[in-house]
Amino acid sequence: MLDRLDRRSTTIFTIAGCIFLFGVVLTGAWLYGEHGEVTHLNSRKLAPSLSHPFGTDWLGRDMLARTLKGLRISLFVGLSAASCSAIIALILGLAAATMGKTIDAVVTLLVDMAMATPHLVLLILIAFACGGGAKGVIIAVAASHWPSLTRVIRAEVLQLQSAEYIKLSQQMGKSRLYIAKKHMLPHVVPQFLIGLLLLFPHAILHAAALTFLGFGMSPHTPAVGVLLAESMRYLSMGLWWLAVTPGIALVIAVKAFDILGSNVRALLDPRTCQE
Amino acid sequence: MDLDLPVTTFTRATGNPRRFRSPLLNSALVSALFFLGRKSARLSVLIASVATLSFVLVSFSPVDPIDAYLGPSILKISPEQRAVIAQRWGMDQPPIDRFVRWAANLLEGDFGVSTIFNEPVLSVIGKRFATSFWLMLAAWCLSGVLGFLLGVCAGAYESSALDKCISLYAYTMASTPTFWVGMVLLTVFSVQLGWTPVCCAWPIGVDPQQAGVLQRIHHLILPAVTLSLIGVAQITLHTREKTLDAMHSEYAIFARAQGESRFGIAFHRALRNVALPAITLQFASLGELFGGAVLAEQVFAYPGLGRATVEAGYRGDIPLLLGIVLFSTVFVFVGNTTADLLYMLVDPRMREKTERESR
Repeated sequence: MLDRLDRRSTTIFTIAGCIFLFGVVLTGAWLYGEHGEVTHLNSRKLAPSLSHPFGTDWLGRDMLARTLKGLRISLFVGLSAASCSAIIALILGLAAATMGKTIDAVVTLLVDMAMATPHLVLLILIAFACGGGAKGVIIAVAASHWPSLTRVIRAEVLQLQSAEYIKLSQQMGKSRLYIAKKHMLPHVVPQFLIGLLLLFPHAILHAAALTFLGFGMSPHTPAVGVLLAESMRYLSMGLWWLAVTPGIALVIAVKAFDILGSNVRALLDPRTCQE
Repeated sequence: MDLDLPVTTFTRATGNPRRFRSPLLNSALVSALFFLGRKSARLSVLIASVATLSFVLVSFSPVDPIDAYLGPSILKISPEQRAVIAQRWGMDQPPIDRFVRWAANLLEGDFGVSTIFNEPVLSVIGKRFATSFWLMLAAWCLSGVLGFLLGVCAGAYESSALDKCISLYAYTMASTPTFWVGMVLLTVFSVQLGWTPVCCAWPIGVDPQQAGVLQRIHHLILPAVTLSLIGVAQITLHTREKTLDAMHSEYAIFARAQGESRFGIAFHRALRNVALPAITLQFASLGELFGGAVLAEQVFAYPGLGRATVEAGYRGDIPLLLGIVLFSTVFVFVGNTTADLLYMLVDPRMREKTERESR
């Protein structure tokens, strides 16, 4: 049956599958509720089994419940940070392309600066400037992911401005607002949405890395980075599942976002949507 | 990464065939010199702006460096002693005065004194970078060679099982956190199998100077493998794309028509065309290498620059943090500039292009 589907249908099915996966994570985290925080001292350090698919930790907490909750936190942090980042990129990109040479130079310098420092060092610097915590992680991830998307949007709008049909529209006396709304927005919006979707995996990974390094959530918040950082202490005792299972869950979630992004791009991009 | 080619003045190649090479070489040298001059001007602007912005960021931080430095022993300290520390670190002055003093010292090459190591920042960075350097170099070479070979193989046998495996691996690694790979390797090879040490760059309790080369390499293997397992992804995917392009080119089809095998085309004909973008990408990826090293060093408790970054951020060592930000900026910049320069000097097409433009 799969052979008979065309590429468009498989793409749509893949997108639906990814969205379903996130639905499962969210409802799972919601159903488990506070279950992951309850300690069962008589079922400590259990290896993965049918009743505890991800095993239990040194306090007898079910790792599946904690991982689902951690994933929800990570997804939330990633989503909000990536959205902020994309909006910054949209504003800066539009400003650079339309508001004259000075602003363009300033934005280009900002982009160069943000790309000049290694990403993780920049993240640490901003997280330090915000004083750490969940807020620090979100701000750091949001404030460091916009440069590449800004470049894309700036280039797109600059290219549009010199396009013949835009010039024709100007010659025919259409207002700037009309041109922006009718001719530019339809080009920029898909770029923006795809850029946003492709930012998610990076944002989630970097948020996890920052929390792993200890700049983020407090140890009481079971974000995936915190779970992995905690498990470091128990690795030498042979509790491998504490590190392996939340990590696999994180990789699957990030990869699902990646697949989602590239499939949506294939669908929206005028160059590939006919294939 | 941006590739800007300088359009500078060149001497035109003379018609005399015996003197044909030297103007070409000269022009390449002259253009390289001009290029370096412009790049260093750009670097100073970049450094100045990064320094200003990061100082502003740090001075807005709600983290009090004295609290962060003292930690739990804050309870044992009287307000007078606190004031003495603040005065010694210059914390009693307004941020603008501090910035002016810091920037003036910076121009003289004085980065200040690290508060947690109680040593000049530059010497801390130098020592730590010397430890990190071998880790980064090993990972960089390993991921470059391995990624390039995997990419060429995947591209040569497009949509075969080999290609699918390599692509799947590269795409999965692209969405895998570095520190997690490190933790899995640590569990398997250090804890379960006991082949590699659990931490550090040399055996615990041994003086760094006395640790032998073999011991150091033994401690280096796992962090370097972690970094290269992740670093392979990008270069593989990039090389695969470029090899695919080369395999669909006319010279490849012609070679195929003459009976050359896919392997032969890929390794005899496409290789040279694919190598240059791969080398460029590898030089331009130094920023990611640095970030990966921060995470890998944290997992393996490897006392390099990456771990110093984390400690500086965690314990509020502002001079060291700012010093590392500036150092890493220069590090990334050198990588990007080397990539651009290599492109200019090595690619004959680029050289001809600059020659043509100069006429």
